[in-house]
Formats: sequence, structure tokens, C-alpha cells
Amino acid sequence: MTIQGWGLILAFVAVLLLIAKPIGLWLFALYEGRRTPLHVVLGPVERGFYRLSGIDPAQEQGWRRYAVHMLLFNLALLLLTYALLRLQGLLPLNPLGHAGIGADGAFNTAISFTTNTNWQWYSGEAAMSNLSQMLALTIQNFLSAATGIALAFALFRGFARRQAPAGGAIGIGNFWADVTRVTLYLLLPVCVVYALFLIASGVPQTLAGSVDLTTLEGARQTLGLGPVASQEAIKMLGTNGGGFFNANSAHPFENPDALTNFVQMLSIFSIGVGLTYTFGKAVDDTRQGWAILAAMMLLFVAGVGVTYWQEAAGNPVLAQLGVAGGNMEGKEVRFGIAASALFSVVTTAASCGAVNAMHDSFTPLGGMIPLLNIQLGEVVIGGVGAGIYGFLLFAILAVFVAGLMVGRTPEYVGKKIEAREVKLAVLAIAVLPLVILGGTALSAVTGAGLAGPLNKGPHGFSEMLYGFASAVGNNGSAFAGLSAGTPWYNGLLGVAMWIGRFFVIVPMLAIAGSLAAKRHTPAGAGSFPTTGGLWVGLLVGIVLVLGGLTFLPSLALGPIADHLAMIRGQLS
Amino acid sequence: MGKDFTSALRPAIVMALLFAALLGIAYPLAMTGIGQALFPAQANGSLIEQDGRVIGSSVVGQAFTSDRYFQTRPSAAGEGYDGLASGGSNLGPASQTLADRVAADVEGRRAEGVSGPIPADLVTASASGLDPDLSPEAARAQVVRVARVRGLPEAQVEALVAAAVERPLLGEPHVNVLALNRALDASGTR
Repeated sequence: MTIQGWGLILAFVAVLLLIAKPIGLWLFALYEGRRTPLHVVLGPVERGFYRLSGIDPAQEQGWRRYAVHMLLFNLALLLLTYALLRLQGLLPLNPLGHAGIGADGAFNTAISFTTNTNWQWYSGEAAMSNLSQMLALTIQNFLSAATGIALAFALFRGFARRQAPAGGAIGIGNFWADVTRVTLYLLLPVCVVYALFLIASGVPQTLAGSVDLTTLEGARQTLGLGPVASQEAIKMLGTNGGGFFNANSAHPFENPDALTNFVQMLSIFSIGVGLTYTFGKAVDDTRQGWAILAAMMLLFVAGVGVTYWQEAAGNPVLAQLGVAGGNMEGKEVRFGIAASALFSVVTTAASCGAVNAMHDSFTPLGGMIPLLNIQLGEVVIGGVGAGIYGFLLFAILAVFVAGLMVGRTPEYVGKKIEAREVKLAVLAIAVLPLVILGGTALSAVTGAGLAGPLNKGPHGFSEMLYGFASAVGNNGSAFAGLSAGTPWYNGLLGVAMWIGRFFVIVPMLAIAGSLAAKRHTPAGAGSFPTTGGLWVGLLVGIVLVLGGLTFLPSLALGPIADHLAMIRGQLS
Repeated sequence: MGKDFTSALRPAIVMALLFAALLGIAYPLAMTGIGQALFPAQANGSLIEQDGRVIGSSVVGQAFTSDRYFQTRPSAAGEGYDGLASGGSNLGPASQTLADRVAADVEGRRAEGVSGPIPADLVTASASGLDPDLSPEAARAQVVRVARVRGLPEAQVEALVAAAVERPLLGEPHVNVLALNRALDASGTR
């Protein structure tokens, strides 16, 4: 570990803390449906969209209606993506002549991009036409992100609603208004500027498919090109993570230098940290938002510390052969150990899944942190929207546990937490271990499952475990040695991604609806304070115990066994 | 529930199509137009021309295997530096295959006369398989060989390496191998 390495990490955290409030305020304006300066240009587009689709954006929706509209919208996008991928060979903008994607592959990819997972069984430059990258995948990057933020808004409203509006039932907002505003007034304008920055830094943006060249040594080389920058921008900002190229943000055309790398890491977290502040504003107590951000940051910095330490310590097996320095297998020189370790923890703390280094080749414990981050439910900052609503589910359980300990009725930001909310929160949180461990176990005892891993021994098990965690957690990064482009993995992981997204969302919306209907009770002398150090400690504890303990046995079989093998020099 | 469902049909379909047109067609095409107008070199891959033909990209790595050049890192992209098959080896740290590969590469470097610890990046495969860079140490470790094969004084080759080291504010010091090798060719000893 070096001073510069820690300097980079501290600079990153400092910038995050600085941008949380301004971004949070912007998001709060969208949450409230306020006019922004961008309305001058994009207001007519917003109104046009509502008119053509017959939407009244001011109409409040109850949680069921909100959920059904959200689900049908996502289903329509899913079908559109599936059709475009299947028909790719017949459609234009296909300079490299890629054939249509097979049924299981298209099924997997359509779900993957709809659920904000962006798990990729395929290699972008070898499978996807420019039209597919733009029309099938880029739009999903925007809209799965916008859906996530909309859902976070809905939950915020559940906590924030004080009384029923005159003459109507209590709603949790309007899904269409949320999605449209977030897309038009946040994601799209930021991406236009962001994509230009990327192009200026060396990320291609062209409709050409490739360029042939003759190297200095006289060999032929063909470089894949395409409309990379426009997709790269939303891939990071929307915590999607699906790379234009197979190597993702390790590819020099996606992430050419240290500055683009820093901006990419920031953009993964920017909306997530902003939403913690927005939550505080929504419930009229910004300390609530800062308390959540503090708990997240504690978990984040601890994770970065472990991964950086392990990667910098390097691989003893290679040291024995006379190799000096940290673990550089699967890492790029321009990023080095620190920026690779940091990126890996950022991308898995959020549900991004972009990678600038190959997690599969990390040291066992260095790679365990990204895996654990995903298993915790990606609530450390988390994916856009998904992170904060996931974390609020943990907060509900934390006040419940605190209430049990001191014998008081639990309440959180003025709303009583009762049996219904706790049951729904447990339901949403239990989905994760059930499908991750179930899918891994199934794959570990079937021929089709065991055909997947590249590495042998405990590391092969880690590849399967990481794959299912990544799918259910809607992360999308991989221990990429796993050959996942088979009907077994395409099918199983496709289902896992769908369950991991919507089986969390629907209970969460039900909680939002139930909370919205409750009266707001101001905090009294008997309320458990949900700001301050004690609360932050309790939150961290609940996330680690509930989220982490479930997975300890699986980690012992994978990364921990792998670590012991590595330090004893037992190769497999 | 049924009423929720029917009320959602039209907005779901129409909104999906409208957003597809805006985000999937208008946005990427607009960015392509603006990018090509403002930054044509970068938007087309930062290509480098020499004597009228394209010899590489300033951001993407290419294979250098001959002893006359500074060699690039091992690559797991296709047969090596395949620009249509980016990726890493994905070998785990306790993999026998990895240990064997590194051992063979270390032996090769020792045969060239590299003594002392081997810089890690020189014998490990990058994440993309298209890494354009070497660490300054990995470049310096090749100075003796390059100078010998080209019949140049070591100090002169050493100076070329020193001049090629980039030290970005937020990143690691590194040497772009294509730029270094072009400087080497330009130093008059082809």
C-alpha cells in the first residue's frame, strides 16, 4: 500500500461527501415535481410524452397501481429488447454482420438489462451490433436506472406523507411522472456532458464497427469501435455496468486513463449518495440522511481497506517465483493496485458491476469483499434507487430490533413500524440468500452447473457463488472465468435476476403504501433516536449480522478455503 | 388489480416506444454527430498514422514480441492483443496454470539477463488484454536487451524510457509502449 494509493481513496471519499448535498437537492426538486432550469428546453418533451401516452402526471397512484404500471413498463421494455436481440441479424447498423442472438441468450440479456443487472454472458465486441448496443441496451440502462430512482421516491413518500390529500386516498406518487422527470432532467442531460468528456478523453463514438491496422511489428490488428461513449456514460451513472466491450471499463476504449477512471467511480456513487440527502429532505430531517450515509461510508471504507491491503500484498505463489510487487494479474498498469481495488469495491457496493480489473484474478480475500458487498444486498451506497430502498429495509429491521431490546414500539422518521412492515422487509431481504445459495448449490451438484467454472478447487466454487450473487443482487460483475453462455446458466441466472429485482421491489412498495397510510407521530422522549453514533453502529451491525452471517458458510467454502490453499502453496 | 392493469397498457407501450426513440436513437446519434465534429481524432479511436498508414491507437495496446522492441505484457485477448476479443486470463491466484505460465515467463526474462525481482506487470496478463502500458520498472528491465539487440548505448535507451514515463495526478506512473517504441525507432537505429 502506498501514500498515493490512500490519497486517491481519501480524495474519492472527500469528493463524494462534497457532492452529496447538491445532487441530493437536485433530486429533491425532481421528487417534489418542481420546475428546474432545464424545463425551458425539455418541458415540452415531458408534456408531449404524457399527452401521447394518455398520462395525467398529477394523479397520485396507490402502491398497487404504482407497482402494476412499473411492472408493465418493464415488461414492455423487456419484450422490445428481446425482439431486437433476436432479430439483430436482419436489422441495420450491424457493420460486423453479427447474427441474431439465440433464444436463451436473448432471454438472459433482456432480463439482465431490464433489471439493472447487466450481467453479460456474451462478449460485446463479438456479439452485439451497434443498433443492439444503442436501441436494445442503452435505453435499458437509462430506464432501469430511472425505475430504481422512481421506486426510491415512492418509498420516501411512504415515510414522508403526513395526511391524505383532500378527497383522495393516500398515494405514493405517479410512476410515469417520476420516471420521465428523472430521465429528462437528470440522466439524459448529465450523460450528454459526460459522454462528451469521455469522447474528448479517447472513448470512441462512431457508427463504424472496427478499424484495421498494421502494427509497428507488421502484424494485423483489428480494433472494435462503435458508439461507445454514449453508452459508457449511462452505464456508469445509472449503475448498470454492462460494457460495450468484453473487458468493460478495463478496455482502454471504455476507460482510457486515470482521470476517466476517477470520474467513472464517482459517477457510480453520485446518485446513490445524493439520494441519502434527498431522503433526509423528504422526511424533513437531513440528519436522517447523513446518518445513513455515515453507516454506508463506514462499511465502504472498511471494504476498500481489506481489498487494497490484500491486493497490494500480492500473490505469495508468484512471489516465490521471483515476482515483486502486488497482484497485477487481471489489472491494468494505468490504474494500478489502488485504483483497481477501489473500483472493485465501488462497483459492488453499488449494484453497478462495471469492472476495471478482473475480479476472478484478485487474491481470495481481496475478491471476497466485492462478493460480500453483493451478498449484503448492495446497500453500501448501492445502485441508483435500489441502494437506498434496500438500506431502508435494513433500517426498518434495525428499529424493530432496537425496539425489542428496550421494549418500545419501534418507529422510524415519525412512522410506527409494525408487524406488517417488518414481515414485508424480512420477505424482501430473505429472497437474496434463498436464491443465491439455492442456485449455487444446484449448480454445484449438476453436470451442467459444474461445466461452468474455469478454475478448479475452491476458486471454481467461488466463481459459481459470485455468479448467482451477482445475478440476484442485480450487480452484473463476474468472476468471469465462469462460462455462463450455456442454457443452464442463461436460464437459471435469468430467473435469478428477475426474482432479485422484482421480489424485492413489490414488498418494498407494499411497505411504502402501508407507511403512507399511517399518521405521522412526532418523536417524543420515548423514541429511539435514529441519528447519531449509536444508531449508525446499530445499522452497521444489522447489515453485517443479517446480511453477512447468512453467507459465512459459503464464504468459508469459497474464498477462505482458497486463501488457505494459496498461502500454503496448494495449487489446483 | 384488473383496473390497474388495463390503465397501464397504453402508457407502458407508448412510453417504451417514445423513450426508445429518444434514448436509443436520438441520443446516441446526436452524440456521434457532436463527437465527430468536436473531437474527430478521439471519436474514431485515437489512431496513429505513420508513412500514410494506420499503425496503432494511442490508447490501445498492441503486441510487441520481438527483442528489438520493448515488449508488452502477456495478453489473454484471443491469441494476444486481439482487438475484437478483449479480456483477462481469469485465472485464480492459486491456479496451477497461472503459476506455470508465470514461471515460464520469469525464466524467459532471466535468460535475457534480468536479475533481481521481476516487476509484476511484466509477467502478468492485464484485465483487457489490450494494456497499452508498462510500469517504468518493467520498461527499465528491458533496457539491457533492447540496447544489446540494437547496438545502442544503454544510457541512451535508458534516457528514452525516462522521457516516456507519464505521471498523471490520479494514476500510476506508466510508459506507453507504442510511444516508447516509436521513439526508439526514431532514434536512428532501425
